[in-house]
Amino acid sequence: MYNHNQYLYAKDSFIVKTKDELVEHWCAAAVPPGESSTMAETHSLQDLQQPAVSSKVFVQRDYSSGTICRFHTKFPSELEPRLDKQQFEETIHTLNNLYAEAEKLGGKSYLEGCLACLTAYTIFLCMETHYEKVLKKITRYIKDQNEKIYAPRGLLLTDPIERGLRVIEITIFEDRSIGSER
Amino acid sequence: MSAVMITRKVRKWEKLPGKNTFCCDGRVMMARQKGVFYLTLFLIVGTCALFFAFECPYLAVHLSPTIPVFAVVLFLFVMAMLLRTSFSDPGVLPRALPEEATFIEMEIEAANGNVPAGQRPPPRIRNVQINNQIVKLKYCYTCKIFRPPRASHCSICDNCVDRFDHHCPWVGNCVGKRNYRYFYLFTMSLSLLTIYIFTFDIVHVVMRSVDKGFLNTLKETPGTVLEVLVCFFTLWSVVGLTGFHTYLISLNQTTNEDIKGSWSGKNRVQNPYSHKNFIKNCCEVLCGPTYPSVLDRRGLMQEDSPVSAEPSFSSGSNPVPQTTHAIICLQKTTAPLIPNEHTPDDAKPSIAASAEKNASPKEEKPPAPKAPPLASPEADPEASLAKDKTH
Repeated sequence: MYNHNQYLYAKDSFIVKTKDELVEHWCAAAVPPGESSTMAETHSLQDLQQPAVSSKVFVQRDYSSGTICRFHTKFPSELEPRLDKQQFEETIHTLNNLYAEAEKLGGKSYLEGCLACLTAYTIFLCMETHYEKVLKKITRYIKDQNEKIYAPRGLLLTDPIERGLRVIEITIFEDRSIGSER
Repeated sequence: MSAVMITRKVRKWEKLPGKNTFCCDGRVMMARQKGVFYLTLFLIVGTCALFFAFECPYLAVHLSPTIPVFAVVLFLFVMAMLLRTSFSDPGVLPRALPEEATFIEMEIEAANGNVPAGQRPPPRIRNVQINNQIVKLKYCYTCKIFRPPRASHCSICDNCVDRFDHHCPWVGNCVGKRNYRYFYLFTMSLSLLTIYIFTFDIVHVVMRSVDKGFLNTLKETPGTVLEVLVCFFTLWSVVGLTGFHTYLISLNQTTNEDIKGSWSGKNRVQNPYSHKNFIKNCCEVLCGPTYPSVLDRRGLMQEDSPVSAEPSFSSGSNPVPQTTHAIICLQKTTAPLIPNEHTPDDAKPSIAASAEKNASPKEEKPPAPKAPPLASPEADPEASLAKDKTH
């Protein structure tokens, strides 16, 4: 019996929205040309309903530059059949650049720090910090990447902030669109 | 079988492992033992109240009204910094979820190769090169992660904390990456406040004694004696602590590293995190970016199962169909082993076996390999200074 918990457990708060989107992607992928999409959708929904998680890959942090947030760009072998090495590396590079932007030590961050100190940090009750703004940007980027690149290949990127900025968790779903598995 | 499962909204802080206490629905995070924190609050508020009651009226009239005004501003700043240090997340690293833990275990086993039977497996260490320095990352058996550089496990709060400095009982919390600057500003502003009150106490006693004599002055303002005593002993400890932390900040070191002698210079070991520039180090620690908390305390838990057996007030908010939901709930038998495993029976066949196998033995792992001596970083600088502090 398929256990709903499995898929729901795969991602935490990000779940419900994208689960439907993910199912849609799978349905779209499964529609053969010429067949009415509604029929195919019902048919596929019953079959696919909840794509089963096959395994997870964890991209670890790269501490060679110190304690700043960077992830290894080495392409995991488990993703080889599904994804291009170049696309993966581009995603990771962009994420690394975004985190570097968040943690940059420069005039702007110093100014923010000094201003906050002068107000005894009460200014953060009304203002968002630079880091938080960039984190929101990162969340949007990951959602965008999931929609465009990863979901069509049966993969799902988890935002590292949900794992304490320790790993990028990539969930690999069983490939049902071909119909050969299970 | 159409049992109606109604679940109440559970926030993630209620299920976080570790020995923290949470208040205001997850907004406030502190250690369990808060007695010494209440003492700190009492001392600060009490001494300042005495100052405002006894000294300020006289000084405002005979010297200047700006004296009490500045005292109020300083007092408010001290309180703000103290509360900020005590109530914020010091930089706790969330524990690894079962799949991540299993993945790491598999990597470790692959790296260790075949250990002959009867021999102890090698210690779990990863070597990383940072700034031409080899840094060893230790494995935390409680959190099931390789600790990032400069992170350490606090045995009092039972959490791994990023850039762990020490556990401070006076503020009732760990001091780590996220609240170090507030802690430093607290000690610095408290030093200033103590010096300020002490100075003006003396000035007040001198000025009044000239008019009325020393003994009469003490009879009129008995609070002064108490204030002077408290300030005298606080001065030595807090000013000393501020000086010590200024030294650490200029070198970009943590108390933990200083005590363990990680970068003491033996064997040509140097601090790879230091910018070798006093100003740059200070700027990074005090004016660097404000790191957000990676512990999602106020997020809502995805309730696949009821928190307790009793039905609650709100209807199930997740989109899972009611009957299936009910079936899953009825299947659930025991409370999870590890509090953050909120769905223990969902493990997939490939990972389930190894996860189950690894989860239980690790729980009984002896504490010896797990944590660096965290009582000492907390106890040593505070205890030696605390000896001077009276109450």
